[in-house]
Amino acid sequence: MRNILKNLVINISTIHHTQLTPRVTLRCLHCGLCRCIRCSEQATEVGPAIQQDWNKYQSLQEVVTGLAWTFNKLWLPEDFPAAAPAGFLQQLPSYQSALRRRAGGSQRRAGAQGSAGLSGGEPRGPEQQGREPEARPAREQPLSIAEKRRLRDCQQADIKHLSGWQQWKRTSSKSLRKVLNEAKELSSHLELWRHDIHSIEGKFGTGIQSYFSFLRFLVLLNFIIFILMFSFVTLPSIISKYGIFNSTIAKIPPKNTEPHCTVYKPSSNEGLVYFYTYLKDLLSGTGFLEVTSLFYGYYTIDAAWFSVLNYNLPLAYLLTTFAYLALSLIWIIKRSVDGFKQNLVHGEDQFQSYCNKIFAGWDFCITDPNAAQLKHHSLLCELQADLEEERLKQKIADRTMKEKLRIYSLRICINIIVIAVLSGCFYSIFRATVFSRENSSDVSNTDFQANLLVQYLPSIVITLANFIAPQIFSFLITFEDYSPAFEIRLTLMRCVFVRLANIGVLLFSLWSHISDCATDECKACGYNYELYPCWESEVGQEMYKLTIFDFIIILSVTLFLDFPRKLLVTHCPCKPVQWCGLRVFGISDNVLEIIYGQTICWIGTFFSPLLPAIATIKYFIIFYIKKISLMHTCKPAARPLRASSSNFFFLVVLLIGLVLAFIPLGISIAYISSSKACGPFRSFNTSWAVVPDTIIKQFRDDELEHHDIGLEHDAKGAPAYSVLKTAIQLGCKAAIFLSERI
Amino acid sequence: MGGSASMLPREALSEYQELTFLSKQEILLAYKRFSALLPKEERVNVCSARVPKSQILTLPELRANPFQHRICHVFSTSEDGDDSMSFEDFLDMLSVFSDSATSDIKSHYAFRIFDFDDDGTLDRKDLEKLVNCLTGQGEESRLSNMEMEQLIQNILEESDIDKDGTINLSEFQHVISRSPDFASSFKIIL
Repeated sequence: MRNILKNLVINISTIHHTQLTPRVTLRCLHCGLCRCIRCSEQATEVGPAIQQDWNKYQSLQEVVTGLAWTFNKLWLPEDFPAAAPAGFLQQLPSYQSALRRRAGGSQRRAGAQGSAGLSGGEPRGPEQQGREPEARPAREQPLSIAEKRRLRDCQQADIKHLSGWQQWKRTSSKSLRKVLNEAKELSSHLELWRHDIHSIEGKFGTGIQSYFSFLRFLVLLNFIIFILMFSFVTLPSIISKYGIFNSTIAKIPPKNTEPHCTVYKPSSNEGLVYFYTYLKDLLSGTGFLEVTSLFYGYYTIDAAWFSVLNYNLPLAYLLTTFAYLALSLIWIIKRSVDGFKQNLVHGEDQFQSYCNKIFAGWDFCITDPNAAQLKHHSLLCELQADLEEERLKQKIADRTMKEKLRIYSLRICINIIVIAVLSGCFYSIFRATVFSRENSSDVSNTDFQANLLVQYLPSIVITLANFIAPQIFSFLITFEDYSPAFEIRLTLMRCVFVRLANIGVLLFSLWSHISDCATDECKACGYNYELYPCWESEVGQEMYKLTIFDFIIILSVTLFLDFPRKLLVTHCPCKPVQWCGLRVFGISDNVLEIIYGQTICWIGTFFSPLLPAIATIKYFIIFYIKKISLMHTCKPAARPLRASSSNFFFLVVLLIGLVLAFIPLGISIAYISSSKACGPFRSFNTSWAVVPDTIIKQFRDDELEHHDIGLEHDAKGAPAYSVLKTAIQLGCKAAIFLSERI
Repeated sequence: MGGSASMLPREALSEYQELTFLSKQEILLAYKRFSALLPKEERVNVCSARVPKSQILTLPELRANPFQHRICHVFSTSEDGDDSMSFEDFLDMLSVFSDSATSDIKSHYAFRIFDFDDDGTLDRKDLEKLVNCLTGQGEESRLSNMEMEQLIQNILEESDIDKDGTINLSEFQHVISRSPDFASSFKIIL
């Protein structure tokens, strides 16, 4: 082709071909005639030749396309009929000889390129099309199927002219792509709730759909954590306790501890008990539930043997804890990589840019006309609000000094009020926890309701605080005179802080109570052995109660608040009821709710290894509850969060929850003495001590073995044996001395 | 699911799998939905039949879409200009709107859909029509003239690189590549 192109001379005629388009002719160098490339008519008057580097084009077709691109403004796409240029170009003698050189499918090729290039109607870079052998697969071209078919056929014809290696590369990549497609298709069948989420998307758009995708992600995460804990901790314990597969367990009583620290008698029910005792035990994790594998106290095993293999259960327990935390961290980060990239690289402004709102504003997946109406309305409101905010910025910049002073002092006052509200919440949680723990053993078993109330007091107070504080914050922020977008973000941040800090305060109050040591005997154990003989189980019970209560609240709010409200609104036509309307499905509130539950699960899994199973079942049921509630009793918010910023926001807050979960776990593993009466860490000072202990023991055993082997083989006979031995001993002692000091 | 429904031949199925971004299941579902749009007599030869635009717009995926007419116009290969769609046009449309389509293809077709006057660029009139499509039909759901001016000014500021007052294909693709919501919103799944 190249030698033809070098000799192409293209002239523009100034005579108009039609009213609108100029004539472009190609001069044949063999006969000197000029023909119009549109109608093949011979032209006698031609204009000046166009100087261009035609060499950069690979084929005649690209030349024609390139011409079309150059003269895009003059030629309307409809003016370019598909058939004419191809027919004319094929008549060029040099082209004919090129065809003869390539036996076979070139006729088809000319035809394909002729029509494929022009009926697209859009200017495309000439370099992108038909280049061999790195051509893009046919389906990535913006053409109709018929044209893609022709393109694929000529790509296949081209393959015959490639070397064997490139042919093999092409076919192997094609088959690889096929295999990947099959695998993707199979895996899409396994996806949980695919149809449900699709129907939600169709009715409500992608903002709300992202909440349900997030819920699905949490169900999977909790299930995997449960599998992890079950297979490495619970299953070996159960197997060895029941002696299946020739297994035995060893319970080594801890040395160097006072006997009073090791006394632990969980109050299991004996004799005649009332039915509601079982119910109370089920709801608060005491009684018969306390001695099951649900809680830490069951795992009072120091070593287990399966036939000859030694299974170090304490080490496994600790390492599995680290493993599930690391797994959660990696999975969340992997999911949020895209969102981070956008946010970090482009900054917050680009997220809400006008182009994003206009070009990506409509959710094409919406199928319901009512939802479409809602979407139109919310887009209108959003655009109007953003445009107004821009005009507001001008107003803010025009503020006087006196105004600024007034607003800043107002903001400081309101922040002080916010801090006061938070302190109030924290203090009430602290008092409630202490009261509950002191009185839960006092109240006798006969007063069922009072006992249950006292047990659940911390959970009740936390739930009340989580409900009241956000209302107060959204009321206060109206006085602070921020821009609307910043208002939303600040309220959200405050709510996140309240929810996560409440858990922290609960744990802190528990620990201060546990480590509250007055007597010497208590100090010998390291924790309050009278009230908390097995303190890890107690913490596990608190987390269990929080989870159960959270679930009960979500269930009751839907059943006892939303459905009656919906019945009232549909059947009662009076004004105040209609003005109240249905509950708004606030995405951020719902998300904070489930993140709060997930943080509890992460913290509680160390103290209660079967808690992830409960969390999985809980979120599974919550999915259906929320879906029914959304479809029947709620209305979507007027300004829902966008899908991209929703996803990013959910994952960032989840990450904050996870990092916050590290802190209490770290303190209980490494700092607080493990209980001596129960659990796998009886013989260690803290739970963390098992790791250095095992490593050191392993090394010492290895080194002793080496020592014995060396002596066996007459090491003493080696020269300077005693000198070396003394030198090494001194060096090691110095190293130990130094490392103890640091 | 009646006995009169014809099946898609296997070679055609694998060819469509190769030429589009759809999976086998999606192509079969599209076949089913497309045959349902045809009158009974024409259901034997689905691959060569053409469905008029009014029928296509009864699909739930398109009936609530403010861009329904533009979509039919862009994907239709009908020579009569009546925007009727054949089965292959229908597959083309689903392929572009599917999950696995490249963002290159999506932005290319999005540009053509938003280009209301088909002149190859998005000028002010196109943008105005686009915004009106988004905010809804009806007088009370439109932005005021001043707001529209402000909005179009902002859009052109963000996307018009060569400052010629219009957005061409490469500028559009550039701005779309930085838009985080585009991939998830430009999607139709049957």
